[in-house]
This record gives sequence, C-alpha cells and structure tokens, in this order.
Amino acid sequence: MKRALFSNIWLPVALLLPQLVIIAVFFYWPAGYAVQSSFYLQDPFGFGSTFVGTGNYESLFRNNEYLKIANFTLWFTVIVTFFSLAIALILAVKADRVIRGAKTYRTLLMWVYAVAPPVAGFIAVIMFNQSWGPLTEFFALFGYRFQVGVNFNDTAFAMILTSIWKQVPVNFIFFLSGLQSIPRSVREAALIDNRSASGRFWTVTFPLLAPTGFFLLIINITYALFDTFGIVDTVVKGEPGNNPMTLVYKVYVDGFRGNDLGGSSAQSVVLMALVLALTFVQFRLVERRIHYT
Amino acid sequence: MAVVHFDAVQKIYPNGFEAVKPASFHIEDGEFVVLVGPSGCGKSTMLRMIAGLEDISDGVLQIGGRVVNDIDPADRDIAMVFQNYALYPHMSVRNNIGYGLKNRAVPRDVIAAKVEEAAKMLNLSDYLDRKPSQLSGGQRQRVAMGRAIVRDPALFLFDEPLSNLDAKLRNQMRIEIKALQRRLGVTSVYVTHDQVEAMTMADRIIVMNGGVIEQIGTPAEIYKTPASTFVASFMGAPPMNLLQVTREGAGLRLADQVLNIAAADIDETVTLGIRPEDIVPDPNGSLSIHVDIIEELGAHRLLHGRLEEQSITVHVPKDHDVTTGMSRFSMPLNAVSLFDAKSGRRLS
Repeated sequence: MKRALFSNIWLPVALLLPQLVIIAVFFYWPAGYAVQSSFYLQDPFGFGSTFVGTGNYESLFRNNEYLKIANFTLWFTVIVTFFSLAIALILAVKADRVIRGAKTYRTLLMWVYAVAPPVAGFIAVIMFNQSWGPLTEFFALFGYRFQVGVNFNDTAFAMILTSIWKQVPVNFIFFLSGLQSIPRSVREAALIDNRSASGRFWTVTFPLLAPTGFFLLIINITYALFDTFGIVDTVVKGEPGNNPMTLVYKVYVDGFRGNDLGGSSAQSVVLMALVLALTFVQFRLVERRIHYT
Repeated sequence: MAVVHFDAVQKIYPNGFEAVKPASFHIEDGEFVVLVGPSGCGKSTMLRMIAGLEDISDGVLQIGGRVVNDIDPADRDIAMVFQNYALYPHMSVRNNIGYGLKNRAVPRDVIAAKVEEAAKMLNLSDYLDRKPSQLSGGQRQRVAMGRAIVRDPALFLFDEPLSNLDAKLRNQMRIEIKALQRRLGVTSVYVTHDQVEAMTMADRIIVMNGGVIEQIGTPAEIYKTPASTFVASFMGAPPMNLLQVTREGAGLRLADQVLNIAAADIDETVTLGIRPEDIVPDPNGSLSIHVDIIEELGAHRLLHGRLEEQSITVHVPKDHDVTTGMSRFSMPLNAVSLFDAKSGRRLS
C-alpha cells in the first residue's frame, strides 16, 4: 500500500478535525455531562444541584420499580432478539431457495425495513385498536378481550410483536446475503455427503452463518434495548402508568416527565456501561472465535 | 466399482438453452474417463448430471446398473472433488474427511480408522486437526481427495480439480491422482479444459464441443485420428496444422505440389491435417515453408511459418539447426488426416 506523507502536521489535523469535533460535541460531551450529572441531585426547576455522590445509583438499585423494568427489559430483549433472528433466518433460508420471482419476494420481505419505529408503533396501535383493530377482533374470535394500554401483558405483547415485525427485515437481508456468500460448491459437496436437508442445515449452513448470526445478535440486542423507544412510546401513548416499558424509555420518563435529571443520568450511565460490555463481548469473544477464513 | 451408462442423456435449461445434446456412451468398470473441451462445452453439466447436482432433462443415466435419474446425490454412491476444493471451512481436516461417513451412520471407530488411513495415503496425517484455511492449495486438494476416498464410492467425479494449483503442483497432483485411481480401481470421470491433463490421465477421452460429443477414444486414437477439425485443433500442443487443399485429378493440391492421395469421393475443398512433428526437415522435400519465428523450447523447437499463404507449425528436434527464411520439408502421406472443409468431420 502506498503511504501518503504529510510534511506539515497541521494539514492532517485539519482534515481530522470535523470528525473529531462531531464525536466530541455529540458524543463525548453529552456522555461526560451525563456521568457528571448522575452524581448530582437536580432541582426540578433548574435552580441548582447538590452533589450526592453515588446516591442516585444507590436509590436506583434499591428502587423496586426500576428493578421490575430492568427485568422486563431483559425478557423483552431476549424475546425480541430471539424471534426476530429466528423468523428472519427461516424466511432467508426459504427465500434463498426460491427461484421464480425471487426478486419480488425478497423486496416484499424487506419492505418493512423502511418503516420508521414510531410509524411501526402507530401501525400497532391501529392493529390493536380497542374497538375496531383487526388483531383485537382476531383475539376476540377466541373469546379473549385484548386491551392494549390497559392490560400489562397485552401491551407487552403488542410491543414485542411490533418490535419483532420491525426488525425481521433487517435480519433477513443480512441472513440472505450471508447464505448467498456460502460457496455453491460447499453446499453441493454437502448435498453429496449428507442425505438429510435438516442435517445439512445444522452441520454446514448454520455454522457458516454464525459470523453473520453473531453480528446480528449484537445488533438485535442493541435494537431491542434502544431503538424500540419509538415503538414503546407510541404504544403506551406517552402515558406509562401500569404499562410495561424498557430501561431507555424509563430514562426519558424520569428525566423529562419526572424532571429527575440526576436519577435519569445515572440510568443512562448504567445503559452506557451495558453497551460498552456488549461491544467488548463482540470484539473480544465473538469476532475472534467465529471467523474461519 | 461400477459401469456408467448414458442413454440419450440430454440437458435443456429452463431458458431453452441445450447445454448437452442427447449423448449415449458407457464407461467401463474401473475406467478413468476424461471429459475435455473448451469452457461452455457442456462437460461440467455432464458431470453434474452424473452427480445429481443438475437434473437430467431427458434420457436415462445408469450407475452400476441402477437408473439414477431421480436419485438424490447422496444416494448415488458417488464422491466428487470440486474445482475450488469445497471444503467445509468450519471443520477440521479430520471432520471434513469423515463428514460423509458420519452422515451414513458409520460407527465412530470405523470412521476414525478410515480417516487415518486416507490421511496416511495422502500425507495429511500431521494436518488432521487443522482447519482448511491453515492449509496450502495442494494440501486442500488432498483433503478433498481424502473426502472422496474414505467414502469408498462406486464412482469418483472430478470437476477441474487441478485448475487452481500452480503449474508444478499440477503436474505432481496429476500423477498422484492417476496413481491413486489405479490403486483403488474406482471408475472415475474427470472434467478438464486442459488437453495435457486429458492426454496424460485418461484411459479414454471424451472430447466435447458446443454440447456435442465430438469424439470418444483413447488418447492415442484421439491424437492420431481426430474425428473432426475441432478435435484436431483442440487436442495436442501445438495443435494439428489444418491446411486447405483442393482436388486435382486423382490427388489433392497443397501449395505447389499435388499429393497422391486417393480422393475420389471427396468434394472440391478439403481440409488436410498434419501434426507439427510429422513434418520433417528434408533438403529434398517438396514442401517449401517460409519460417518466420523459431520458438526455442529446450527439448525441441517450434517453427512458425507459412506455406504459401497458410500458416503452419513444424516441430523439429533440438539438435536440428534452423534459420528463418525458406526451408524445405517433407511429410509422410500416412500421417495425414483429411476433413470435410464444410462440416469439419473426418473423411474415411
């Protein structure tokens, strides 16, 4: 590779500056500010703040409601991640075998990708509308009264379903391209070596999809933890009450509805630590173990 | 061990392209048959139909007396070696070789023993626990061979297995594969576009062009009596000289001489084929060739020149002194092949 050498140190600095400024202003500064304010108790009207040390964190982990939401978030993340990966994988494997009209089929499957999370949430609100939502009527057929926004489990179900629906196309695209990057001859060799289609899938295709799968696992966990905000917000209509919510939504509710900036900051710091841990896992364990070539 | 029998086997793709025109022939038990031809000639399609990776559009294919048209690749009792090895990248060499046996419910200790044996045969014993990515091209090729050998199949299929190797390794592997096939005595079908591989490895060669079998024969037959101008120019390096001759009286006119070849049933124009090594330098010869370029190949020399307006190549021994310019040569008439100028088919 050719190396460009700069005789003047200021030129490279100037070239790097815009990127560094963006990172500093939009990421490090707010993050630093969040860490700082997590150690303070803020006056709700912005008149002043008192240093409370780790007080915000201690009350956070002693707060039953917070622990309950953390627990819900855990299950929410596990369920959303698992199902959006599993459904996408099934669809990708099936779509990969389609010969006639493959493009149309794939485009239709990817369509939902273009839907923004709040819109997805809005669609869910319509589908689960109390008086005329098609899905509510569907449940009514079985004699079940589905009540989004009133019943905790029903609301959770709607949130989970919508989040999965929204994420499947992304995973589908990645899985499909992962499948198509498996050399044809390797699959053909497997065809000669193994009679059973499911055997071939689990011993050859699935392991070769693992790099894609682990990448998506991290992406999906992050999605379920953070990007579902819009869906949660729309489904609970900004009025959490008894409704389920995720940790990210709790940050928003406490910080902007409850005006508890200190406590909300402490929650963000906890989430930041979580993301850091995820990134660490991805780079250290997954990337090292899963690549074959 | 099996006889392979083709009965009007044909391949038409859904878009209407006829990749293989109806072909009938059979392959003897233990025979090493090479399918050779330029890219797109249908040789790989033919092999893939035998493997079951490609549907047979029409005709009947039998392996070992059993019609296999609708039998899964895994149940055809075949093993295939692919061009790019097609090893399972996530499995160790040991598991790669044993995979086909494991799926056939062979007991674990039997698999282990067979894998060890194959590895020993292929000098892979030290690499059994490595992943394919940690092996060289030649070693990967051996693993692919090992995967085929342990299965102890009725038929080996090779799809251009050496084309990804460098020239030196290719020569070596060519001999190894041939020796291995001899030792195991397994019927083999080998696809290549390299006529040297075809000539050196085959018991019989099937030359294909444009989905049609041009000729089936032993390497010597193919070389000496090519069935068409295509075979004549495809097999042999340098290829056979193909010269246009016209009928004159009872003989054929080539440049300024009339060859005394009985040509009663021949049309006006005929293509005459002569191998470069069959043309010999002869001060009293009747062929006046203008030599333009001398190619020094060490063991021998190739002279590229013109016989009147037709280009011609002559193969001369290394100790024969040559200069560019006009020289005289002669050619024995019994070394000459004649082809129909229009259809390219061999005459008599």
